[in-house]
Amino acid sequence: MKKNNVEEGSRVQLTPGEKVFSVFNYIFLGLIALICLYPMLYVAFASFSNSNRLMSHTGLLMWPVGFSTASYEMVFSNPMIISGYTNTLFVLFFSLIFQLTLTSLGAYFLSRRNVMFRKPIMLLITFTMFFSGGMIPTYLNMKDLHLTGTLWGLIIPFMISTYNMIILRTSFESIPESLIEAARIDGASHLKVLTSVVLPLSKAILAVMVLYYGVGVWNGWFWASAILRERSMYPLQLVLREILLQNSTANMTGGTAIGDAESVAATVKYATIIVATLPILCVYPFLQKYFAAGVMVGAVKE
Amino acid sequence: MKQSPAKAVRKGAKASGTVDRTSFGFRAKKDLQRNWELYVIIIPVLIYFFLFHYKPMYGALIAFKNYKPAQGFAGSPWVGFDQFIRFFSSPFFGRLVKNTLILSFELLIFGFPAPIILALLINEVHNKPFKKSVQTLTYLPHFISLIVVIGMVTDFSMTSGLFNDIIVFFGGERSPLLQNPALYRTIYILSDIWQEVGWGSIIYLSALSGVDAQLYDAASIDGAGRFQKLLHVTLPGISPTIITMLILRIGHLMSIGYEKTILLYNSAVWDTADIISSYVYRVGLLDQNWSYSTAIGLFNSVINLLLLVIANKLSKKLADTSLW
Repeated sequence: MKKNNVEEGSRVQLTPGEKVFSVFNYIFLGLIALICLYPMLYVAFASFSNSNRLMSHTGLLMWPVGFSTASYEMVFSNPMIISGYTNTLFVLFFSLIFQLTLTSLGAYFLSRRNVMFRKPIMLLITFTMFFSGGMIPTYLNMKDLHLTGTLWGLIIPFMISTYNMIILRTSFESIPESLIEAARIDGASHLKVLTSVVLPLSKAILAVMVLYYGVGVWNGWFWASAILRERSMYPLQLVLREILLQNSTANMTGGTAIGDAESVAATVKYATIIVATLPILCVYPFLQKYFAAGVMVGAVKE
Repeated sequence: MKQSPAKAVRKGAKASGTVDRTSFGFRAKKDLQRNWELYVIIIPVLIYFFLFHYKPMYGALIAFKNYKPAQGFAGSPWVGFDQFIRFFSSPFFGRLVKNTLILSFELLIFGFPAPIILALLINEVHNKPFKKSVQTLTYLPHFISLIVVIGMVTDFSMTSGLFNDIIVFFGGERSPLLQNPALYRTIYILSDIWQEVGWGSIIYLSALSGVDAQLYDAASIDGAGRFQKLLHVTLPGISPTIITMLILRIGHLMSIGYEKTILLYNSAVWDTADIISSYVYRVGLLDQNWSYSTAIGLFNSVINLLLLVIANKLSKKLADTSLW
């Protein structure tokens, strides 16, 4: 509300120089937005192109060259893509259950006032944001706990992100204490308060948590590459790495019709990117207005 | 402020001689009686942190051992600082530290201001739909997986790729860009800015919306133009955010992620591309030199922690802003 007044106020007083700036600002930001979008657009256009014509094409693509969906047929009939999707969905499902449960419990505890050991526990938790054992001890620890060679190794060690927990705590703290007090006086246990008062009031931030955790799981690849040997266990991103970076498109198509596979290989790459990326790109714009709530500066201090 | 009533009570109690009620043991007992449910709630969280954060920290002590999986942690002999000395005297030490520092500083110099500038420019836009579209589109790359981003960069950098098409359009010559050690950092940093500039601007946009609107009104009445308002109202308004982000950034100066490097580099560009964390990955996970790689990682983490503490102290002193 206040903001609008200012905007109108400043709009009245535009000098010629400021008008020129305004025009350039719009053009510049438009260009930046285009540069952020275009690589993805290029990939989308290329994925629907005819692979022979795409190979001989140079320069930017403004539309698919010679429309074809052959690449998508190939992607959807690729057993590695199917198993990659299944494995990622498995990890995503269980990760989210554990992550949301544990993060809510931790955030609820840290948001309670007048708890004697809250501060030392907070310190214990935030310290892990600034110091860690490192890659190798983390790996050896997973091995020690028998979490290598199984998809659970991608779930259990990543049940809490300290960063997300602190964001959630900050959000829980903004819930009026009187609501929680009232429920407590009515005899509700803390667990009951959390599930029937705090969580229902935090739907927006929980949606952001689902997005943050979900994106992490969906896009994660490093630990999968470190702990998984069997290709049948590969999550989507490792399958993608084989196709995009280790150039094994031909081998991905199962060895049938190698010559054919090679000619489609160029567009299969792009179609795979679209298939693996689209789910997330469809979700995030709807949560955009809550992103600012996920900003954490100063929240560690207290 | 929050503690003042409690403190007052404690002082009062002390004065009247009932020291007993304020003793640590007494208060802890009372607290456990009152809040036992909360402590039960936090137990699984604490177990997680001990098992997956503090246990690996303890495990990092193999940096001072010659760890052999067959002998186990306890059975492997202590070797003091041998692994560290081995790293400091390794022929790669200089190159790794140099590459890590150069990449960090370049990321800091080019990558740090970019989202601030973007946020300031977006803040000057008064057309709501345009503003929202720019934000949506600049956030997009953040959600694309690193594998896909590096896949696209690799594809576009090939001799027949999109980047080369553009270079030819401007009169240049085709070359495999990712095989060129001189170009590696530029590609790394530009793709980094591309992916994170929009996402990074969120925090500054949120700080910008928190700047008191009355200050702008007052500045307008005083005859300040747009640029003067930027200089005297906007920037001071978001400087605590900028400083906090800078401290965090400096705390990570030596810890650039290995994930991007090990996807992007190849042996042709190791001269400029190889950094400490990617070396730890190769020596540790690939070659299984457990103790040696852990020592290198630990050296890196400790330097980071020191940098963070120093940056925080400095900023507390100079700008009155700090993380803790």
